[in-house]
Formats: sequence, C-alpha cells, structure tokens
Amino acid sequence: MSARFDEHGILVVGASLAGLRACAALRKHGYDGRLTVIGDEPHLPYDRPPLSKEFLAGGTDGADLPLPVAGLGITWQLGRRATRLHLAARTVEVDDGTRFPFDGLVIATGSTARPWPAAPAGVHTLRGLDDARSLRAALRRDGRLLVIGAGFVGSEVAATARGAGVDVTVVDPAPQPLHRAVGEAAGEFVAALHRQAGVDLRTSTKVVSLEGVRKLTGARLSDGTEVPATAAVVALGSAPATGWLAGSGLDITAGVRCDRHARVLRRDGTPAPGVVAAGDVTRWPHPWADAPGVTLGHWSHAAEQAETAAHSLLFPGAPASYRPVPSFWSDQYDVKFRSVGLPALADSADVREYDLGARRLDVAYFRQGRLIGALTGNRVARIAAYRAQLAADLEGR
Amino acid sequence: MKIQVDMDLCESHGQCVFAAPAIFSFDDDDNLVHAETADESLRDAVEKAAAACPVRAIRIEAATGDAAA
Ligand SMILES: Cc1cc2nc3c(=O)[nH]c(=O)nc-3n(C[C@H](O)[C@H](O)[C@H](O)COP(=O)(O)OP(=O)(O)OC[C@H]3O[C@@H](n4cnc5c(N)ncnc54)[C@H](O)[C@@H]3O)c2cc1C
Ligand code: SF4
Repeated sequence: MSARFDEHGILVVGASLAGLRACAALRKHGYDGRLTVIGDEPHLPYDRPPLSKEFLAGGTDGADLPLPVAGLGITWQLGRRATRLHLAARTVEVDDGTRFPFDGLVIATGSTARPWPAAPAGVHTLRGLDDARSLRAALRRDGRLLVIGAGFVGSEVAATARGAGVDVTVVDPAPQPLHRAVGEAAGEFVAALHRQAGVDLRTSTKVVSLEGVRKLTGARLSDGTEVPATAAVVALGSAPATGWLAGSGLDITAGVRCDRHARVLRRDGTPAPGVVAAGDVTRWPHPWADAPGVTLGHWSHAAEQAETAAHSLLFPGAPASYRPVPSFWSDQYDVKFRSVGLPALADSADVREYDLGARRLDVAYFRQGRLIGALTGNRVARIAAYRAQLAADLEGR
Repeated sequence: MKIQVDMDLCESHGQCVFAAPAIFSFDDDDNLVHAETADESLRDAVEKAAAACPVRAIRIEAATGDAAA
C-alpha cells in the first residue's frame, strides 16, 4: 500500500541530481501530490561532471549542463539553505527562519568540497557551477595553476588546464595520483599521463602553506621547495553535507546513514518514518563492504539510489532494495577511465593491460580472492564483461 | 519501439550496455552498437538504459503503427 502525503506533500532538500531523480521517480510511480524542492544554489539542477572537463576547458557555454525538469510539477525554493530538521514537528527550517512542513522527506544535499583554511584570494574549490565559472575565469586570466590533491577532481582539473595551455603543478601526499581509490598501477598510469603532458607532478609531498598577502602568489611544500602560482584548486576530497541535520536525531556519522532501502536511520538504528535519502550524502550497506557501509561520489549512484528512495517512500510496506554494481567514469587527457565495483576496497590487483603508448589500461581488483572491481582506460567493451561478472556475484549474496 | 542514439553525444559510458545488454554493446574500438528496434517486452530495460545514460543520448520512439508512446 502506498503512503499518504495529503497534507503537506513531499519535500526534497538538495536541488541536484539525486533530488531531481527522486522527484522523477515519485511522479513515475504515480505520486501526484505536492512536491517541493529546496536548494541552496540559485540554479535549477545541472550536471556536475562537465565542470572539471568540457565546461572548465571553455568548450561549452554550459548550455548542456541543465538537467531536464519539465513536466514534474515541482515547486522550487532555490537560493534557500536548509539549516535544521525538526523531525518530531516534521518541518525543515531554512536560513531566513521559514519552516517548510512535510509528510515525506527526501534528503539529497550531496557533499561539499573540503576547503583550505584561511586561504588568500585566488584559491578555489570545485563543486558547483559558480565555482567552475570563477575557476575558468582565473585560468583564462593567469597562467600558473597549483592543484592540491591528485584525486579524480584534481587530476581532471590538471588535465583540463594543461590542455588549455596553463602551467600546472600538482601536489599530493600519496605516492601516486588516485592511489587510495585505484591503487599502484593505475596511479602510476595517471602519473605518467600527467608528466607526459608537462604537468609538474609532486607526489609524496604536502603543501605546507599558501603564500600571498591578499592574493595567492605561491605555495611552500614539505620538501622545502616553493612553487609560484596565481590560482590554486583545493581538491582534497569532499564531505557529506550533513551540517543542517545536526541535532535532528538522525545518524549522521560520516554521512546520512541509510538502510538498503534508502530509508534514513535514527541514532538508535531504527528508520525515521517517511524519511529517505539518496546520493553523495548517504552512507549505506553494500554486500561487499564492511559494517559501517560505503559512501560514493558517483553520478550513477546518485541517480540510481534516488529511485530506490522514492519507491521506499511511496510504498513503505514493500520497500525496494538498492544493491548496485557501482560504476563511475573519469575523463583525463585522451583517456576515458571507466570503473565498476569497489576498487578502493580491494586487497590485491591484477594488471591485465598497461599500454601507455596506446593509452590503454585494464586492471582487475580482488578482495580475498574474489573480483570486487575493475578499472579500464579506453577499454569500455571490457568493463561491460567485468560488470556482468560482478552482477552475478551480487546475485549470489 | 524504435531506439535512437545520438552518436555525437555518446561518450561510451556504458551505462546502457549494463542496463540492456540485449540491445546495446560495444565493438572492439569502444564504439557503441545497438539494435534500432526492439520488442515492447524490452521497453522497461530500454527505458532504464535511457535514464542511466549520463549524456542523455538515447531516445525511444514508438515504432510506426505502434500505439504506445
Ligand atoms: C567537478 C566534479 C566532477 C565530477 N565528475 C564525475 C565523473 O566524471 N563521473 C562521476 O561518476 N561522477 C562525477 N562527479 C560526481 C557527481 O557529480 C556526484 O556524484 C553527483 O552530483 C551527486 O549528486 P547529489 O545530488 O547526491 O549531490 P550534489 O550534486 O552535490 O547536489 C547536492 C545539492 O544540495 C545542495 N545543498 C547542500 N546542502 C544544502 C542545504 N543545507 N540546503 C539546501 N541545499 C543544500 C548543494 O548545493 C547541491 O546543489 C563529479 C563531481 C564534481 C563536483
Ligand atoms: S549510456 Fe549513453 S553515453 Fe554511454 S554508451 Fe550508452 S548511449 Fe553512449
């Protein structure tokens, strides 16, 4: 039986991919009541992946970014930041004190880039459209970029900026780019791409301080050297945007904790009635992961978990289960990296192809001898086969 | 139903291949190949594929003479 939302309808907090996909799924399942979306950005939902790639390169004006919102009957509350959830009163408070009542709630506030404390002007993070616009302008103005952190976003920004002729230095404390996410060999492959493109890559190195009184002039590194820079991107990963949920009674340790039906759990471990969550903000149990569960910053995860969340909200008696084979992509230079599974959880890897000249990579990841993930570069056809194998493994669990 | 893929948009993400392997696959050069028509019984899978495509390259149309939208 479906749940009732007659009085106040369903409220979605977070106006991006997960929030919008939840709305689309609610409508698809026949929900025709009130649907309100609160978002702190002034923009309607748009796609973030191009922000570190085509959009940053300046190849597009952003016309391809907006996500389709037509026909969903959504009341938008944009430019409003949720500051508090009152679970018992069933309201969400926003920054000007207004309270939005709800019968059903979808939490989809994503994640926030970790900033550099007390940074001079010229230091950017990259999460939203406005960030990307100002970074793009900075790259056009001046020619020396420092990228702090060689994860996916950092590596993509470095590749894009290099492609635009910008001088780029990348600094990362790990021995390879993307080390934690995809391990030794794949990290080495990415390092080689950077170096071949003329990026000054400093691994096993930390940024000690950013220099410049009002405007960035450079950085001091842990190896004692200094690098000049007129702009910097802090790409040190992101944290789930859960600040507004403090004191709500929900479990927000390392993300909004969900069960496998995307229902949000309270601190006592029981689901909060009528509250679901989806996307980067969640931490949830995956059969391949240990107890506290996983948090994924992948486009497909946000899109897919939102469907489960919508279903569980509408049909509390028959909640859907979310057991995906995770997948993500990353485009750097002329290499399309594609990944399936959870390579970060592997304890060993098998490098099946490593051909820098042909720009091809194929690495399989294992945990306790079982395939848990794969990463390919310019070998998409193979990723489909890996994915099928991983899907079969999930069936059996 | 008819299936169209805008190959100018397609970036070989593979999500459609995951969702509907009977319809979509890759050749050895990582180019997408797909069936241009499919039986109505596969509509669910094809709709899933279209929704999963990050660049929204997949369009589904009713085959001529087919009442379904
Ligand atoms: C630069 C960049 C490049 C990426 N590239 C790739 C890629 O190549 N491949 C891939 O698979 N994934 C990529 N991703 C990840 C992908 O974009 C995310 O996984 C996806 O956007 C998650 O969607 P979401 O809706 O959960 O969160 P978000 O897209 O982060 O949306 C959350 C929204 O909620 C808003 N919000 C936060 N707090 C509040 C509040 N208190 N009140 C109101 N609104 C609030 C935020 O401002 C934001 O608009 C990339 C991300 C970035 C930033
Ligand atoms: S999901 Fe979209 S981009 Fe990916 S292969 Fe299919 S059509 Fe192309």
